[in-house]
Amino acid sequence: MMFEYAPAPESRAIVDIRSSYGLFIDGKFVDGETLDKTVNPATEEVLAEVTWAGTQDVDRAVRAARKAYDKVWGPMPGRDRAKYLFRIARIVQERSRELAVLESLDNGKPIRESRDVDLPLVAAHFFYYAGWADKLPYAGFGAEPRPLGVAAQVIPWNFPLLMLAWKVAPALAAGNTVVLKPAETTPLTALLFAEICQQADLPAGVVNIVTGAGDTGRALVEHPGVDKVAFTGSTEVGKAIARSVAGTGKKVTLELGGKAANIVYDDAPVDQAVEGIVNGIFFNQGHVCCAGSRLLVQENVAEQVLDALKRRMALLRVGDPLDKNTDVGAINSAAQLARIRELSDAGAAEGAQRWSPPCELPERGFWFAPTIFTGVTQAHRVAREEIFGPVLSVLTFRTPAEAVEKANNTPYGLSAGIWTDKGSRILWTADRLRAGVVWANTFNKFDPTSPFGGYKESGYGREGGRHGLEAYLNV
Amino acid sequence: MTATTTSARSDLSELGRSETALRTFLHGLPGVDQVGAEQRAAQLGTRSIKTTAKAQAIDLAIRMVDLTTLEGADTPGKVRALAAKALRPDPADPTCPHVGAVCVYPAMVPHVAEVLRGSAVHLASVATAFPSGQAPLDVKLADTRAAVAAGADEIDMVINRGAFLAGRYQEVYDEIVATKEACGDAHLKVILETGELATYDNVRRASWLAMLAGGDFIKTSTGKVPVAATLPVTLVMLEAVRDFRAATGRQVGVKPAGGIKNTKDAIKYLVMVNETVGGDWLDPDWFRFGASSLLNDLLMQRTKLTTGTYSGPDYFTLD
Repeated sequence: MMFEYAPAPESRAIVDIRSSYGLFIDGKFVDGETLDKTVNPATEEVLAEVTWAGTQDVDRAVRAARKAYDKVWGPMPGRDRAKYLFRIARIVQERSRELAVLESLDNGKPIRESRDVDLPLVAAHFFYYAGWADKLPYAGFGAEPRPLGVAAQVIPWNFPLLMLAWKVAPALAAGNTVVLKPAETTPLTALLFAEICQQADLPAGVVNIVTGAGDTGRALVEHPGVDKVAFTGSTEVGKAIARSVAGTGKKVTLELGGKAANIVYDDAPVDQAVEGIVNGIFFNQGHVCCAGSRLLVQENVAEQVLDALKRRMALLRVGDPLDKNTDVGAINSAAQLARIRELSDAGAAEGAQRWSPPCELPERGFWFAPTIFTGVTQAHRVAREEIFGPVLSVLTFRTPAEAVEKANNTPYGLSAGIWTDKGSRILWTADRLRAGVVWANTFNKFDPTSPFGGYKESGYGREGGRHGLEAYLNV
Repeated sequence: MTATTTSARSDLSELGRSETALRTFLHGLPGVDQVGAEQRAAQLGTRSIKTTAKAQAIDLAIRMVDLTTLEGADTPGKVRALAAKALRPDPADPTCPHVGAVCVYPAMVPHVAEVLRGSAVHLASVATAFPSGQAPLDVKLADTRAAVAAGADEIDMVINRGAFLAGRYQEVYDEIVATKEACGDAHLKVILETGELATYDNVRRASWLAMLAGGDFIKTSTGKVPVAATLPVTLVMLEAVRDFRAATGRQVGVKPAGGIKNTKDAIKYLVMVNETVGGDWLDPDWFRFGASSLLNDLLMQRTKLTTGTYSGPDYFTLD
């Protein structure tokens, strides 16, 4: 018997989207010069007009942040800063449905993920760092660690509000003020967060949000009034930032690309490993820097694991991000879709076997079916380049040493996964993997208490946990 | 697990001939990661089943109910009333389907048989010294034969958990084989009592053992120990029947029992069946709920969907 799930759309009535947004500078929304549109990637419908900040706007924002740092936030006792952060965390929880719907509208991710993953983590990050604000002398960075000043923060479009939380919460807890630039395709939750700052009576200038594209970001990180630069995004832009701040004395943390290996040994719990593979690469449409985009499976179980994986992939529900039963939503932008298509075509042209489950994609909007490539070698582009989409490359190995060698044979080093029932093999493998995060018998698990960051071209510095404070303290 | 060749099929039927072969096979099954299995079960629990899908799920769930009473205080009158309810769960609505079966103790079987005679509702009876299984084998087999002779066409047996936990797999296997034989044409449901098996690895092994020995259904619980059916346990059992069919070609049913009290829970199980083993198992022949209070909640939700108003419990018959 067939059991078809009826549509179960989350109502978008809960969120009021304004027709146009200004920049959030010094506690107020102000008009800028140029307007651009942000669209719903699932329908290509225009959601709102957003201001693109020019050099002068960025300068105003940095000066507002400096003033707030000097006059209010810097001198404020940690216990008082904590009160504001706790208040923000609670408001985020209270308005989480609204924020989740807005995130799914602007980003294209399924409401199941924005509701069950993004928003709970956003609130958790603010709660966690609120707790540190009055305990900095006990964080292990000396008796009286000092904040840096004004932090310039540039975040990507894959987890818009979560990346904001990762950046803003530790910065404010440590006593810095911030100017944050959300990605040009996903500015709306950051602008709603600005309203939350107003609602929390956060002093003017402590958080400033300037929307815009690459030029705005460049003006921000290159501004001489900035003491700290935090960037999450592509390795290419990360390198440009590293060059531009070299010699300036600005402190920098970069969280860049990845091409993570998900290693499945022959004694792995197969059903859970398959779930982990699916979660590793199809979570958030594969728009995850730490996605398990290379599956390394031991040759003697490869066929069994792949059969199970294909069976599982056929169950993925691709479609309307606001439907509560959707597993895979829309690709965030036309540009990203073109990039995924180009690399996938290259994979097929280079001789790897391409497979997708039968799946009907909506006509409008940006969509890409979950895809796996088998018969991939280390030389293929799909095994080397970050695709940042729902595309998995499958490679096999015969011995643990070969698994580690292949896993490390990449310019990246952000994350990795290990699947085995044997504890000693987990430890042996993790010791040899050059990746900032290694998950054992799970994947894509995040927690505010756990540091996150990369090796090699995946960047430097850590976010999250006690370690995440270091990036915002003068130590 | 994906082998479907004839040689693989005959290999499995040989396993029951030696303790060593059974042990090697059962311990060679892939492990279950507890955290991962529970996470998957919880994730499936977030599916949103509304409107037409909900109506379809409720009717299916009603058809899958093994309407159960297993109390020392059961009387002929009580089980007759239960059997009448099984035939017409909602006397006010003739479109409401009948349940899958009535499940009672062997002594009550004749009374239920009178009521159900000629209907499509099955008559299940717990046997083999239910719920503990702590009786000599010949007593358990006599119990089974008596229930079948009195009119039961489905037998719910309990495995010997003591022997299973002690690693005496052959003994458990042989008991199931003997009970199956005593069942004759009656369907055999093998109760694993997963609450006493403690780990998901054990649940998977016990599932395979019961299937290898010829069980037609594997069932979670007696309902008489503190931990009864759970979603993750049922997930592991569904994975086992799926893999068993792939290996042998034989389809085995699954019955979670105990603790499933409302429509919301029942729908979570149906979603899990749908997304783990698929439509082939979405049928009362292959999936059942062992429950008593569940039925009234299903009826209340059904009435709510058809009439738009939610009636109180007084509008539905007590069991």
